[in-house]
Amino acid sequence: MQNVTSWGRLDDAPHRLVSLNRDHLQGTLSEHLPGVAHGMGRSYGDVCLNPHGTLWNTTSLDRLIDFDEATGRLRCEAGVLLKTIQRTFIKQGYILPVTPGTQMVTVGGAIANDVHGKNHHVQGSFGNHVHHIKLLRTDGTLIECAPNHLPEWFNATVGGMGLTGVIVEVEIELMRVPGPWLVTETIPYQNLDEFFKLADESEAHWEYTVSWIDCLSKGRQRGLFMRANSVDVTEGPSPKTRTLKLPFTPPIPLVNKLSLRPFNSLYFYLNQRKRAQTVVHYESFFYPLDNVLEWNRMYGRKGFFQYQCVLSRENGNDALHALLDEISRQKEGSFLAVLKTFGHKESRGLMSFAKPGVTLALDFANKGARTLDLFKRLDEIVHHAGGRLYCAKNAYMSHALFEAGYPHLQEFLTFCDPGISSGLSRRLMGQ
Amino acid sequence: MNMIKKRIVIIGATSLIAEQAARIWVEKEVVDLTLIGRDKTKLDKIVADLRIRNPSSRVQSIAADFLDPILIKNTVDGVAALGQMDIVLIAHGSLPDQQTCQTDLSACHEALEINAVSPVLFAEAFAGHLAEHNHGTLALIASVAGDRGRKSNYIYGAAKGLLVRYAQGLQHRFAGTKVKVVLINPGPTDTPMTAHLKEVGMKLAPAQQVAKHMVQAIEKGVNKVYIPRQWQIIMSIIRMLPAPIFNRLNI
Repeated sequence: MQNVTSWGRLDDAPHRLVSLNRDHLQGTLSEHLPGVAHGMGRSYGDVCLNPHGTLWNTTSLDRLIDFDEATGRLRCEAGVLLKTIQRTFIKQGYILPVTPGTQMVTVGGAIANDVHGKNHHVQGSFGNHVHHIKLLRTDGTLIECAPNHLPEWFNATVGGMGLTGVIVEVEIELMRVPGPWLVTETIPYQNLDEFFKLADESEAHWEYTVSWIDCLSKGRQRGLFMRANSVDVTEGPSPKTRTLKLPFTPPIPLVNKLSLRPFNSLYFYLNQRKRAQTVVHYESFFYPLDNVLEWNRMYGRKGFFQYQCVLSRENGNDALHALLDEISRQKEGSFLAVLKTFGHKESRGLMSFAKPGVTLALDFANKGARTLDLFKRLDEIVHHAGGRLYCAKNAYMSHALFEAGYPHLQEFLTFCDPGISSGLSRRLMGQ
Repeated sequence: MNMIKKRIVIIGATSLIAEQAARIWVEKEVVDLTLIGRDKTKLDKIVADLRIRNPSSRVQSIAADFLDPILIKNTVDGVAALGQMDIVLIAHGSLPDQQTCQTDLSACHEALEINAVSPVLFAEAFAGHLAEHNHGTLALIASVAGDRGRKSNYIYGAAKGLLVRYAQGLQHRFAGTKVKVVLINPGPTDTPMTAHLKEVGMKLAPAQQVAKHMVQAIEKGVNKVYIPRQWQIIMSIIRMLPAPIFNRLNI
């Protein structure tokens, strides 16, 4: 048994770690039940954990199987990292159509959490680009599913948090790009109305949009809106290769009441005049934090929570005001606060997070009951507005909010593998 | 453009460390890679992966016998006939169960053959071709287990120890020439071969990391390298322990 923690570092319970061996996959899964697939452990809460149970490590399943240069279709094993895909295929003029904010995740994890990126308004979520999934059940059955073949299995598995079986092989479609560079623009905004206006204006002509919001600026919601397009240039900046590493876990969170407000103000003032267009490498744009190794330690020994919700546009404005007021009142909240609109492309998964509207993502140092009390109040606002929370970034939510946010839950449960269980499935689904 | 590619031959190419090294080589530059293994199906899956990683590289596989001296000689001569080689990596090996080796002499025999005799025969066959061109680096993967016999794995250790002596002799033979001989001594590494050790909580180095340091050592042409590096210190202490003390340790 080894202690394993997820990216939020909230808990480090013992787990039995089993590396999956492609030559004996079927046999391995039936031993030591229940288990759950575990890739890079970059989800924040307990979706990738199984305290006192088995974790099937999928990073050993890391082979590329086939690539069709004409269509961009890639078949690979589920433990291949997005970083490998990006670095291999950018040289051949292809890029992942959807990528989350870190490339240090496996393709299987990206599907199981149906992750989204800064171009949701154009491309939808990761599952929208998956053509085939090979799913191994703990009883040894292999299920091959696709959008048009056993679609009910496919839809349960995309966003299914690894609970329908272990994803062992996938086929995804990459997107053609002129090169590794993007042209970006940063525009400051002073309130939510300005944010929505910028977002709506930008969606037609910009592939990527995202915004950083200063969640502590009282009364007004200032922030920085960033937008980008792939660009056809023959030369551009290289990605940063230098990495920093937080050498130890500080005893108290570095992100705290004293540091956060000046940090946010400084960040806003430093960036608000950068209106001009600049060319950046995709790695710097998509994965700014990947060069700060183990940045998750900056929240101290007790770890941190992420809180990401999605709200419909009808209720979004009021609910966002209420959420931000609540956070500002508690003087909590994060440096990494992200506000982004989602587009209308339907997610495939029964349990997919992304839906049309607006999403707010924040992180909070773990201060025990005080933080959980805040979440109770935030949950009520989200519940009242008909929103949902992102399971991949969750370690605490009310059952009521979970059930209201995920209306296909009962249908999903019929596809779950009885040999699979995770911290999250026990916490929220009772199994 | 007719570019001269670096030509690399890997024996025991289905081993995880070898596969990771092959990835590093194809991702870094356009290479001409020959993978030799026993199982054609397994080899071809690795070939497919490497070709996708760098479509400009030339990657081919050869399924071969690993025990018969005549067949080994034929395989190596066939590979050598295709052109001058820059790097030959001999990577195969298999961790036997010590208890089984003690009671079942055929298991013991098999372990000695695959971990010692076979790598030496391959190396000896390649050495002749490298000498002929006065060019190339021959790398052998031994193990820290070869530095001193221990009750928990001395059959494996003895076989790997044979590689250490062999590499020493080969380094002596090629002193002053342009042929280099590199001896790689990995510590316990996270591979399918050691899965049972990982489950009981033993600390293992990731195969990618071992491969990365191995590739660096091969390109530098150093005589001997321990991976990770701290094993050099640990093993020099273990080698120096007097027998009365060492034999009382339960390792």
